[in-house]
Amino acid sequence: MTRPTSIRRRLFYQLAIVAAVLSLAFVMVVRGVASRAAEGTQDDILAASATAIADSLSSEQGEVTLELPYSALSMLGTINEDRVFYRVTVEGETLTGYPDLPVSNLPTRIDTPAFSTEFYRGDEVRLSSILRRVSNTATGSRVVVTVAQTRSGLAAITQRITITATGVGLLFFLLATTLSLLAANSALRPLRRMTGAVTRRGPSDLRPVTAETPAELAPLVDALNSFMARLRSSLSRTEDLITEAAHRVRTPLATVRTQAEVTHRKLNKPEHKQAIRDMIRAIDESSRSAGQILDHAMVTFRADSLALDPLDLVALTTETCDRLAPTADLKDIAFVRRLPAGPVTFKGDGIMLQAALHNILDNAIKYSPEDSDITIRIDVSSDIKLSIEDQGWGFGDADLTSLTNRYSRGSNVGDVVGSGLGLTIADEVARAHGGTLELSHSMEGQGACVSLILPYV
Amino acid sequence: MRFAYFALRLIAATCLWISAALAYEIEDHQYYAATPEVSVLRIISTADRGVFEPIIEAFQASNAGISVDYTIVSATDLMQAIYTEGASFDLAISSAMDLQTKLANDGYAQSYVPQRAASLPDWAIWRNQLFAFTQEPAVMVVSDKYFKEGEAPKTRDALIALLRENPETFRGRIGTYDVRRSGFGYLMATQDSRTSETFWRLTEVMGRLDAQLYCCSGDMIADVASGKLALAYNVLGSYAASELAHTDGFHIVELTDFVNVMLRTILIPSNARNVSDAQTMVDFLISLRSRADLVQASGLPPIDTGALRDNPALRPIRFGPGLLVFLDQLKESKFLRSWENSIVQETP
Repeated sequence: MTRPTSIRRRLFYQLAIVAAVLSLAFVMVVRGVASRAAEGTQDDILAASATAIADSLSSEQGEVTLELPYSALSMLGTINEDRVFYRVTVEGETLTGYPDLPVSNLPTRIDTPAFSTEFYRGDEVRLSSILRRVSNTATGSRVVVTVAQTRSGLAAITQRITITATGVGLLFFLLATTLSLLAANSALRPLRRMTGAVTRRGPSDLRPVTAETPAELAPLVDALNSFMARLRSSLSRTEDLITEAAHRVRTPLATVRTQAEVTHRKLNKPEHKQAIRDMIRAIDESSRSAGQILDHAMVTFRADSLALDPLDLVALTTETCDRLAPTADLKDIAFVRRLPAGPVTFKGDGIMLQAALHNILDNAIKYSPEDSDITIRIDVSSDIKLSIEDQGWGFGDADLTSLTNRYSRGSNVGDVVGSGLGLTIADEVARAHGGTLELSHSMEGQGACVSLILPYV
Repeated sequence: MRFAYFALRLIAATCLWISAALAYEIEDHQYYAATPEVSVLRIISTADRGVFEPIIEAFQASNAGISVDYTIVSATDLMQAIYTEGASFDLAISSAMDLQTKLANDGYAQSYVPQRAASLPDWAIWRNQLFAFTQEPAVMVVSDKYFKEGEAPKTRDALIALLRENPETFRGRIGTYDVRRSGFGYLMATQDSRTSETFWRLTEVMGRLDAQLYCCSGDMIADVASGKLALAYNVLGSYAASELAHTDGFHIVELTDFVNVMLRTILIPSNARNVSDAQTMVDFLISLRSRADLVQASGLPPIDTGALRDNPALRPIRFGPGLLVFLDQLKESKFLRSWENSIVQETP
C-alpha cells in the first residue's frame, strides 16, 4: 500500500532540495572565488618579492652580484608563517639561494613574472620567477630570480573561508527550508479553508461551495458543486419517492379497506363475509408491510447522513405512545409509562428514533393479548436504555440474534400478520446512533422485552 | 653473548662520537643521569652549563626518569651539526635566531603546539616550530674606571661623538664581537645595520680606535670589569647582568635610541628520536617566566611583554623569512667584507 501523497510534503521537499542545491552552489562558488583570490594575493606578493630582488641586481667587475633586500623576504612573512625559498641564477648557474629549488616555468619575457607550483622540501610551494638582463658583459646576462613560498597559510585561509561559507550556506539552507515550509503551508491555506468549509457542513447541507477559492481549485470546486447538485436532486427524488410511495400505496389501500368493510356489512352469506374478512386482513397486512418497507427505506436513507439534533427522549417517547394509544385501546391494551420526570437529552435523528419506537410499540401491540399492559421504561445509567416490555407470548425458542435480520420473524407468530421488518428498523436506528438493540424475555412470565440502548453523551 | 652485544654498542657509539667530533666542535658535554633512567633527552645548545644547569635540574625534579644529555656548541656549530651533518638531537637551543629560523624554514624542525601556546605572545612563536623562551637585550658594558654611574653615553650618536673627541683615551680600549666568529655577534651587527646607519659610522670609529674583537660576551665583560677595556658594545645583556651579581668594576648601559632584543629559541629537530620528552621540555621552558627561582638561578630573562611596553627602545627581533636574508651567501660575504673594511684597519 502506498502512503497517500501529501501536496505539502512534496512542495516542501522540492523547495528544500532547491534550497540545498542553491546552498551547495553558493558554498562552492564562494570557496572557488575566495581561494582564487587568496592564490592571487600570494602570487602578487611573490612577484613583488622577486621584483624587489631583481631590482637589487647589479654588476661588479664583470660579475653579476646581488644585495638581497631585507624587505624582499620579510614581506613574505608578514601575512603568514609559510616557509620561503629563493634562487637567483645567472645564465642557468645558481648565483645564490637554494640551488636545488626546481623552476619548471622559466619566464621568457623580461619583467613578466612566471608562476608555477612545485613540490620542494616536503611541501607544495608556489613559485614566481622574474627574468632580468644585467649588463655585466657586452651582451648582458640573463638572470632569473625565483621566490617560492609554501601554501599552508593559503590552505588555512581557504579552510577558514570554506568553514564560513559552509556556515552561511547551512544557515541559508535552514532559513530557506523554514520559509519553504511556511510557503507550502500558505499555498495550501485556501485548500484547507475549503476543506474546513465542506466538513463543517451539516449532513444534509448540499448547497454549492461558495468559499473563496484560488483559480487552481476553481475547476475542482465547480466539479464538486455540480456533483453535489446532482446528488441533491437525486436525494430529493429519493425522498420524494418515499413520501410519494407511502401516500400512493396507503391511500388506495385505505379506500379499498373502507369499501371492503362497507361491503362486509351489506353481505349476508357467511362464506362471502369470510372472503371479505380475508380480504381486509390482506389489505391490513399490505398496508403495514408497505409502511414498514418505507420506514426501512427512510431509516436507511437517513442513516447515511445522520442528523445530530438535540432532542428529549422522554418527549419523543411520550409523543409516540400518544400516537399509538388509539390502536392499543382497540385491544384494551394499556401503556404503562415509567419515564423519568425530567427530560433525557440525546443527540440524534428524531424521525428515525420515532420510527424505531413506533415499530417496537406496534410489534408489542400486535403480539399482546387483549386487555394486557405494555410497559415503557427509560433508564439512564452509563447508557440510555429505552425498553418496551409486553405480556404477549414472547420470542419463544427463536434465536434472538437472528430476529433483527431482515424479513426474519419469530417461530411462534402464528397467524399474526407481519413483514419481519419492525425489529430490523429498530436495530438499524440503534446502530446508526452508535447503540444496540437488545432482545430479551420479559422478566415476569412469557412476554418479550425490546430495549433500545443508546450511548449517553 | 651479552658482552659481545655491549662491545658492539660501545664500538658503534665510539665511532659515532668520533665521526661527530670530527665534524662540529663540541665545547662542552655533560650527562645529567636520572635514577632510575627511563629515557634520555639529548639537547644541543649554545647556553653555558652554568646558565642551563639549574633549568635541567628543575626539569628533572618535575619529570622523573628523564636523563639529559647536554652538548654545548657554538651557534654556527649547532647549524653545522643539524643542517649539514644531520646529527640527531631531540632539542636544539640557540641564541642565533637567524640560524634557528633557517633550520625551521628549510624543514629541519617539527611542529608542536605547546600546552601554553596561548600565553606566548605572537612574536615569540613561529610556525609552531620555533619557540622563544627568553628575551635578551644587547647592551653596552662600561668600566667603572672610565665612566661614573650615569655618565656613559646614552645613544649611539653620543657614543660616536665621545669616541671621536677622545681617540687617545679609547684607543685599544673598546671591545665588540668578532662577527665572523660569533653567531650572536653577527645577528646583532646585521640587525643594527638594518635599523640604523649609525652602525657603520660606529664600526668605522671603533675600527679607527683599534677595537678589540671577542668571540664571547664573558671575556668582554671580564676585560671591562678589570679595566682593560673602557667599554664593550653589543654584549649579551643576560650574561652581563648575571656577571654583575658577583663581579665589580663595570656597569650596564642600555642605549636609549634602540636596543635589539634577541630571543633565545628552542626547536625540535625533525630527526629527533625522543619527541615526547622534547615536547615536555618545550612546555617547561615556555613556562620559565612563572619560575622566578629558575630565572634567578639561570640569569635568563623570560619573555615579558610588559617590559617591551614600558621601554619602547626595546626591539625584539622578529621571526620570519627576513632573518634568512643575512644568511644569504652573497649578502653574508658582502656584509663581512664591509665590516672587515670598517673595523680591521691597519694602524698607520
